[in-house]
Amino acid sequence: MFKAKFITLIFLIAVLIIPIEAKEPGKLINEIVNEASIILSSSDPVESKIIRLNDIAERSVDIDGIGMYTLGKYRKSLNENQKIKYRKLFKSYFLKSFSSRLVDYSDPKINIVSEKKINEKYTIVNTVLEATSKNPEIKIDWRIYTKNPERPLIRDLIVEGLSLARTQKEEFRSILQNNEGDINFLFKSLEEFIIK
Amino acid sequence: MKKILTIFLILIISQALSLNVYAGSDGTINLNNNTKHKSSEVKDCFETINRGIFAFNQGLDKIFFKPVAKGYRYLPKPIRSGTSNALSNLSNVVTIPNNILQGQFKEAGINTLRFSINTTLGIAGIFDVASYYGLDKLDKEDYGQTLGTWGVKEGCYFVLPVLGPTTVRDTIGSLANFGGGDAWYNVTIANDTKYFENSDYYYSRLTAGIDFRAKNLEAFNSLENNSMDLYASVRSLYLQDRKRKILNSDETTETMNDDDWEEIDTQ
Repeated sequence: MFKAKFITLIFLIAVLIIPIEAKEPGKLINEIVNEASIILSSSDPVESKIIRLNDIAERSVDIDGIGMYTLGKYRKSLNENQKIKYRKLFKSYFLKSFSSRLVDYSDPKINIVSEKKINEKYTIVNTVLEATSKNPEIKIDWRIYTKNPERPLIRDLIVEGLSLARTQKEEFRSILQNNEGDINFLFKSLEEFIIK
Repeated sequence: MKKILTIFLILIISQALSLNVYAGSDGTINLNNNTKHKSSEVKDCFETINRGIFAFNQGLDKIFFKPVAKGYRYLPKPIRSGTSNALSNLSNVVTIPNNILQGQFKEAGINTLRFSINTTLGIAGIFDVASYYGLDKLDKEDYGQTLGTWGVKEGCYFVLPVLGPTTVRDTIGSLANFGGGDAWYNVTIANDTKYFENSDYYYSRLTAGIDFRAKNLEAFNSLENNSMDLYASVRSLYLQDRKRKILNSDETTETMNDDDWEEIDTQ
């Protein structure tokens, strides 16, 4: 009995004194870019690639946060049930959109140029997608949410200065505005996109 | 009357081919805390009509610009690069006066040097010799951007048939090109210089648009496939792009006015 308590105590002390390593935002981007590159350049079927890409997104993107952000002022008027439904729909929508955008690239080469900490919560990682025979070089900035330094999450991609999260937000707002703010119309649009 | 028609035709060519301005550009990303304006603050005048015109423009893109841009992609890369370089070099004649009007004298100097070197040693701009000498390519400027830096607000957002997305400010800026603000227009159309034909101007504008469209085929397809409201996405991207260009800053810090992010706590 004493031995068990002693081991537990040692374990607790060890947990408390060993600092947990914070993950650098640039390292996060490097990891996911490398992982995505391996998936995209593999000869796996498209369906398999999509599953693996979605797995990366679920681990490294703050899908919930982006979902709430894109709702803008409308998120305040949602009840709990609507929020649950929205989160579920948005996640499916996001993953479908995410993988379909990426799956066209065979082997994207993204290089980290610099990184800048804005505040405790955010770091911007500047990268460049190398030019190909078809496309010119593209600058991509990643907005990383670093409130929990052990688990940084991507919240936005700024492609050549254009924020994808902002664009998404304004798209959703337009759908809601044109339907008298009725969230059910947004749900319907999301459902249609998911089954498309 | 003929002059009005000419101006209208040029506007059509130059703006129609910037329909995909959101799909990417060669500028740098500059969103910072100073950008406290939301693109949503710009009023979308006559949205219902605008949406109809947008659908018409999309149809036109499908039957003309997109197929031509796809064909352009089959040209050998040196031809596409040379064309792109020459057109970029030509755009300096609008960028340089706008650099000066915006107080960017250093940039005006660099662009003037680039233009001189590339037009002569680079054989009408086909080869970017200036970059080889360390004079890197800078962002393009136009009269709409200059008005923006002077504090002129966008006015209404609207969509013109064929011309595509614009604002009142950007349309006024485009008109300045035809009032003597574009040296290339002046030597080809406004004045009979004997060295150039009117058609040189039209071809250059048309090629610039096709070149741009060809560079952004995938980005545009991706946007089309992933938008639930393509009209709203294009509006947002157009307005973001214009704001970014007017800022003229290389420091990337924040997405525009992101107070909303602060409220969202998921960790």
